[in-house]
Amino acid sequence: MSTRTVEYAVGRTPEMGVDGQPAYGPMAPIDLPEPEFGSENMLINIGPQHPATHGVLRLVCELDGETVVKVIPHIGYLHSGFEKLGEYRGWNQVVPLTDRMDYLAPLIYNCAYVMSVEKLMGIEVTERCKVVRVILMELDRIFGHLLWLGTTAIDVGAFTPFLYAFQEREKIYTLHESLTGARITTSATRVGGMMADLPEGWAQACREFVDELPRTIDEVDYLLTTNAIHLGRTQDVGVISAEDAINAGFTGPNLRASGVPYDIRKDRPYYDYETYDFDVPVGEHGDCYDRYLCRMEEMRQSMRIIRQALDRLPEGPIDIDDPNVVLPSKTDCMNDMESMIHHFKLITEGIEAPVGESWFSVEGSKGELGMYVVSDGGSKPVRWRVRPPSFVNLSVIPQLAEGHLVSDLIMINASLDIVLGEIDR
Amino acid sequence: MVDDTLFDAVEKGPRTSRAAPEGVASVPAEVPSHPSVAALRAKFGEAIGAHQLHAGDEHVVFVESSRIREVLEYLQQDPDHHYEFLLDLTAVDYGGGKPLQVVYQLWSMAHHRTLRVKVELSVEGDLTVDSVVPLWKTANWLEREVFDLFGVTFDGHPDLRRILMPENYAEGHPLRKDFPLRGRFSRAEQTRRALGLHVEDNYTDLEMELGKDPQLVADESDGSLPGDEPVVRGPMDAPRAGAAAARDESVGARGDDTTDPDAETEKE
Repeated sequence: MSTRTVEYAVGRTPEMGVDGQPAYGPMAPIDLPEPEFGSENMLINIGPQHPATHGVLRLVCELDGETVVKVIPHIGYLHSGFEKLGEYRGWNQVVPLTDRMDYLAPLIYNCAYVMSVEKLMGIEVTERCKVVRVILMELDRIFGHLLWLGTTAIDVGAFTPFLYAFQEREKIYTLHESLTGARITTSATRVGGMMADLPEGWAQACREFVDELPRTIDEVDYLLTTNAIHLGRTQDVGVISAEDAINAGFTGPNLRASGVPYDIRKDRPYYDYETYDFDVPVGEHGDCYDRYLCRMEEMRQSMRIIRQALDRLPEGPIDIDDPNVVLPSKTDCMNDMESMIHHFKLITEGIEAPVGESWFSVEGSKGELGMYVVSDGGSKPVRWRVRPPSFVNLSVIPQLAEGHLVSDLIMINASLDIVLGEIDR
Repeated sequence: MVDDTLFDAVEKGPRTSRAAPEGVASVPAEVPSHPSVAALRAKFGEAIGAHQLHAGDEHVVFVESSRIREVLEYLQQDPDHHYEFLLDLTAVDYGGGKPLQVVYQLWSMAHHRTLRVKVELSVEGDLTVDSVVPLWKTANWLEREVFDLFGVTFDGHPDLRRILMPENYAEGHPLRKDFPLRGRFSRAEQTRRALGLHVEDNYTDLEMELGKDPQLVADESDGSLPGDEPVVRGPMDAPRAGAAAARDESVGARGDDTTDPDAETEKE
């Protein structure tokens, strides 16, 4: 084994000498064996408790120096058995479980779930309800993308966008709170309508928020889009071709960044999305930078949709007029016998869905969010299945990260926009 | 019939289906034709089972389990159908001895068409079906999830192991109807097992292969390396039989004090 002489600066920090002057120790030469680099690969465990894994994701990596040879993701640390719990709950009681999955865009989950049940039951919600749900879903798309923007920027070392993004998210939290009483666990939807109609002044507050938000987006845009460090960290990192992305089940902005213009709002429109004027941003290279650009543009498009929806927000009831599905008002319960009986039946027995099944998907903030409900004619689902977009998106990370540096692995993971509550369910 | 109380349901699992999923009122007898189903019938004949319509516009077709990969490969590759997206792969257990269904949700972007393909597996049988990972990479984790939660084995899957539940989970498959909500083991047993985990249990065999030098893998609980003297702070830390038979002597030699760390510190 070859050796080399290393000089150690012993006592380089000055200490107090006898006469009050700084005194330096002697430089002592030490013989050390020279380390042999690159002899074997290293096994590194990242997570489950690690800020860069955005939750309780655990990545076991085999490293050759700083290069990732292999990544093996481990999930399930947040597994709560939501789908099993849903089988013990009535159709409306499942709603609170849905927002605990994706707590970054809870209203999209609330809406998607009740939409699948309504499809199963053949319920057509009121026009006002449709528009309100469109507003809420687009608002939460912005909500989810803002969190992604802030945390991803932090992962590449930019701290300011995080503060800007969270300042705006705070305003959406306030909108959530004034509508539902909760900031994260909204549980705002019910089969056949909403928990409550929009409170007074909510639409105006939402419009003000949408008018203010572009300034922040533009500022972050200015900070990141042409930033040399950001470009260097994201361009040509984690590239996936369109064919691979389709085969791997990518959906949402991740897929569109690879150049596939698949957006459920355009391809299988629900809630009159075909009548809204908006564009679907599509990338070209399928790398982290294109995913960033797609999400930034999506926020702007969501704002366009919200403005149009606020303009057309019709008056009228928000719940459907069906006493077997929607709870009567408390006043009616106290005043007429029929409403009281309906109330009693709905509370004790719950809604009954017809035998059958339905698979309904909406464009979530992370990708295609599918809800599959199976009913045997009872008041509880036989099976409630969520097609989790970030679960499928995350499964590609070994393929994306291999050959990149560890720091790129963090960036790739961030660019996929995962939420572990939904992955582990 | 008196319904089970809430607690009965928690112990026994959800009640089984009241009605059979087939031949139900909401499914119309006359199903409008679906181009892919017609083509499948022409090509595969008897392997194609019932064709149902659900919730207005959702076409469901049942396929014989032994030919599912063939059928799905045809649906994916044939230019007339070209279902390039496997949107979802899941399973449904109706309970009560009814067959377990594996569900494939397909979407063709080219033809703007959806189709749900189902396979029925007898719960008395061995619950095995061909893997579709060679066709869609999406299926990789989704099949692992179905294996984990329903116990369906996918033949030809490259890496079939549990995904949401821990690798050494021994209570069965949680989404089956006969699985009680609280799990099969008592809380005490579940806690004991969780605390009895060793650092190696958190790594798969493949990963243990990758970390060629196990000396580098520090024990997560106390930061000690496997070669070090084991730290015994309580009965839960007792080493596993076989894993460290050599350690037993040293633990025994320390005497009873080692099982109660508080007693030791108090003496000091």
